[in-house]
Amino acid sequence: MKKEPKLLRFLKRIEPDKKKRPLLHTFYDGMFTFFFTPNEVTALQGVQIRDRIDLKRTMIFVVLALQLSYLLGTYNIGHQHFAALGQYTGLWEGWHLKLVYGLIKLVPLFVVSYAVGLGIEFFMASRKGHSIAEGYLVTGALIPLIMPPDLPLWILALSIVFAVWIGKEAFGGTGMNVFNIALLARAFVFFAYPQSISGDEVWISGIEKVGMAYQGMEYGWIYHLFDGLFRSLGWAEFGSGGQAVADAFTGATPLALAAKGGWEAVTQVPHYSLSHMWWGFIPGSIGETSKPLILAGALFLLVTGIANWRIMVSMFLGAAFMGWIFNLWGATPFMQVPWQYQFFMGGFFFAMAFMATDPVTAAATNTGKWVYGFLIGILGMFIRVVNVAYPEGWMLAILFMNAAAPLIDHLVKRSNIRWRTQKA
Amino acid sequence: MLSLTALFFLAMPLYAAADGGVGVKQVITIATIALAVPAVLGLVWRVVAKGKSVLPVKRPAYLPQGAPFIALKKGYDLALLGGVESDEVEEAQVNTFAVQPPDIVGMSPIPKMLVEVGDVVKAGDPLFFDKRFYRADEPKLMYVAPVSGEVIAINRGEKRAIVEVVILKDKQIQYREMPQIDLEKASREELYTYLHQTGAWSLIRQRPYNTPAHIMDVPRDIFVSTFSTAPLAPDQSVLVRGREELFQKGLDALAKMTDGKVYLGLDGRGLKQPSPAFSEARGVEKYWFSGPHPAGNVGVQIHHIARLKAHEQVWTLGVQEVISLGALFAERRYMAERVVAVTGELVKKPRYVRTYQGANLGELLKDNLDTEKKARIISGDVLSGRGKSTDGFLGFYDEQVTVIEEGDYYELFGWLLPSKLRPTVSQAYLRNWLNKGPYYVDTNTHGERRAFVMTGQYEAMLPMKMLVQPLFKAIVVNDYDEMEGLGVFELVEEDVALCEFACTSKQPLQKILRRGLDMMREQS
Repeated sequence: MKKEPKLLRFLKRIEPDKKKRPLLHTFYDGMFTFFFTPNEVTALQGVQIRDRIDLKRTMIFVVLALQLSYLLGTYNIGHQHFAALGQYTGLWEGWHLKLVYGLIKLVPLFVVSYAVGLGIEFFMASRKGHSIAEGYLVTGALIPLIMPPDLPLWILALSIVFAVWIGKEAFGGTGMNVFNIALLARAFVFFAYPQSISGDEVWISGIEKVGMAYQGMEYGWIYHLFDGLFRSLGWAEFGSGGQAVADAFTGATPLALAAKGGWEAVTQVPHYSLSHMWWGFIPGSIGETSKPLILAGALFLLVTGIANWRIMVSMFLGAAFMGWIFNLWGATPFMQVPWQYQFFMGGFFFAMAFMATDPVTAAATNTGKWVYGFLIGILGMFIRVVNVAYPEGWMLAILFMNAAAPLIDHLVKRSNIRWRTQKA
Repeated sequence: MLSLTALFFLAMPLYAAADGGVGVKQVITIATIALAVPAVLGLVWRVVAKGKSVLPVKRPAYLPQGAPFIALKKGYDLALLGGVESDEVEEAQVNTFAVQPPDIVGMSPIPKMLVEVGDVVKAGDPLFFDKRFYRADEPKLMYVAPVSGEVIAINRGEKRAIVEVVILKDKQIQYREMPQIDLEKASREELYTYLHQTGAWSLIRQRPYNTPAHIMDVPRDIFVSTFSTAPLAPDQSVLVRGREELFQKGLDALAKMTDGKVYLGLDGRGLKQPSPAFSEARGVEKYWFSGPHPAGNVGVQIHHIARLKAHEQVWTLGVQEVISLGALFAERRYMAERVVAVTGELVKKPRYVRTYQGANLGELLKDNLDTEKKARIISGDVLSGRGKSTDGFLGFYDEQVTVIEEGDYYELFGWLLPSKLRPTVSQAYLRNWLNKGPYYVDTNTHGERRAFVMTGQYEAMLPMKMLVQPLFKAIVVNDYDEMEGLGVFELVEEDVALCEFACTSKQPLQKILRRGLDMMREQS
């Protein structure tokens, strides 16, 4: 018998009592299975060997695919902030300031997302007496990416409590939920605290409206902490903040501009060039802006077979189709935006790669997935263009289709049943 | 992760180039490249990783002109270590044999025993019969001794259910001489009664449910698969060698038992030409199949030849069961000889051995087992077989023993950075992509059980027009109508075994399916 590794012996020694301390044991179990895959073996009856893959790996791969969006999202928070103030307008100028600024904004969102969400998961798992499901690994990483950078942390926490508790645990936990949890959290913010997630100010971090004019926020102690470090290196510093914004400043996202004045209004803004929009150096939700990096993540998911290509392809086709229909219609300037340019703005690719493909809330059948994706594409584009109040539609389209997915599956099942029972 | 970061830095110069005040045209070009390169890479990946599933299937040269050829693509061939290399069949030195009532689906737990411990029986003498399904005036379905000798034990399990009737074999097997019957002249009823009395009826399994057929049900058709695609499964051409005449005789007998046809599923994968016993069989309809496992499963073949509909019955037999049936009519004896493949990574010398139904596994594996490792001895293949101990016996219908290592170990970061190379049907492991096997396997579950999360996995592992996951959800919630509508009666355990293997959530699909089938059976 080979001797067990030290870590394993240590973990086994500190195992808390399951009956006396269920919450602690659930936490312990989560940690233990993080370090070691358990020594469970297959039953004598049934399959004797099991596939290497499990849900932990599946979920962590989605988190990995999000990392590029995190990288650029962080940098872009800082870049947008300084660009709005007219400082360091070049992309790599003041990179250390932009990076640190982005991190200071993003890390709390990230920490709160995981702390609140996992806290609820741990608690519910211990209440129900089963091990922690991995669903929140992905949800927790998705939520910060679809929020504006300046979102107050308590609103974030509240939205997660709502989404995880009401949206998931009430239905029975991971695998049982009807709606996409991350989008549910966003929808909660969207309807309960609309001022914090819509309007022209929210997409650029650290810009305040004072009277009629905009100005930069004042930097707090944590920025000064870094200033000390930068000073010692001889690099540029944050300073005290509170400057006025640049003359050309507009907080409006390309979508907001397009909704008002069509494609011309977008291209008039100098830093909304196609390449800027494509690579993601525009204001927006943290993770949604950079299309190539999202697509790289999507490719990673497709190659590893984690995400479903049918949904992605059909959603793209649906959105393109609807964009084209609007071009033909052409009643408003927004409708006249050439359909291919619609993809340069807003969160389409993020929704396509990471939201619509959630296997639990999407249609379960292969035929159903084609319909599901296509309808999201059509519906999302429709909401984006026709909704006067808010020029983006993927969140609502996906949530709506989440509700419709069981119906789609039902119809697919009906057709299979009809095929099976018909007289030859 | 590394490659992703690399991609990011690769993309940055591209961005810088595009940022230098260049026009829409260049940006579109870059965008196209950014989209096209992943698309092409993805396609290449699919072709390389999945190979056969993308390219068109070639018809093997040995197929006769115009023979029906069905190319299946879904499924997966698990390449494992411990396959048989030589076609030679050795004689096994096994002395104890058992008939195990639990091997028969739907058998009552305590069948009516006809022998006691100490009785001496001939091969073909009845041991017990099932009390459940038969009216008093119907002939009883006898289960008979595979070998002659002394009944040395009747072992009971939970709730006093009889699990094993053990016979110590004579040196020379004495056969009970079966009554005469003229296959050409006998009516179907006489034939059925004859099979019941001689025990040969137990060789036949009906679909749905995989139970023994009922005497009142004339099957629509009869299906025999002449190749198996399961991991390390024996080559049926080897099993039939030297017994070709008996196989044909068995097929002739089967033809008398149905108004429909006898269908033979043949190996059209192009790896090896099947035995002429199969390809030149007379009086049957032949269909050729190619594709990964489970293309060799008779259930899959039925689906593609003549689909089973609700309230229909068909019969299925294995090749060696057909041979036994042939021997009954040709030689008037219950001949339970079985060629068995002894396989698996812990078997020193994987080989074919000649023995009888229900052979003792310990004796079958004697001196041929790697004893340094903790072994899981499986009667059958690794997907749908049953774990046994060395005291256990070969299953009633099994013709393969697989021995693999027990996997009761903890693996550090096994889910993230696995140290052991184990098979997977997923594409999420670079090492598996580079190394297609044959793999060393163990019984570790590689993760914990979860609720159904992923979708489309099962459908990719079963080449049938069937919504597998919705079907399982219907079983779980006891939705009887939907179960039937989605075709639960077309499936038995072995058909969904590969789905169960591939399941990310580690759901026990075979167990769930059996529960659904039992429910259906009780309703009808």
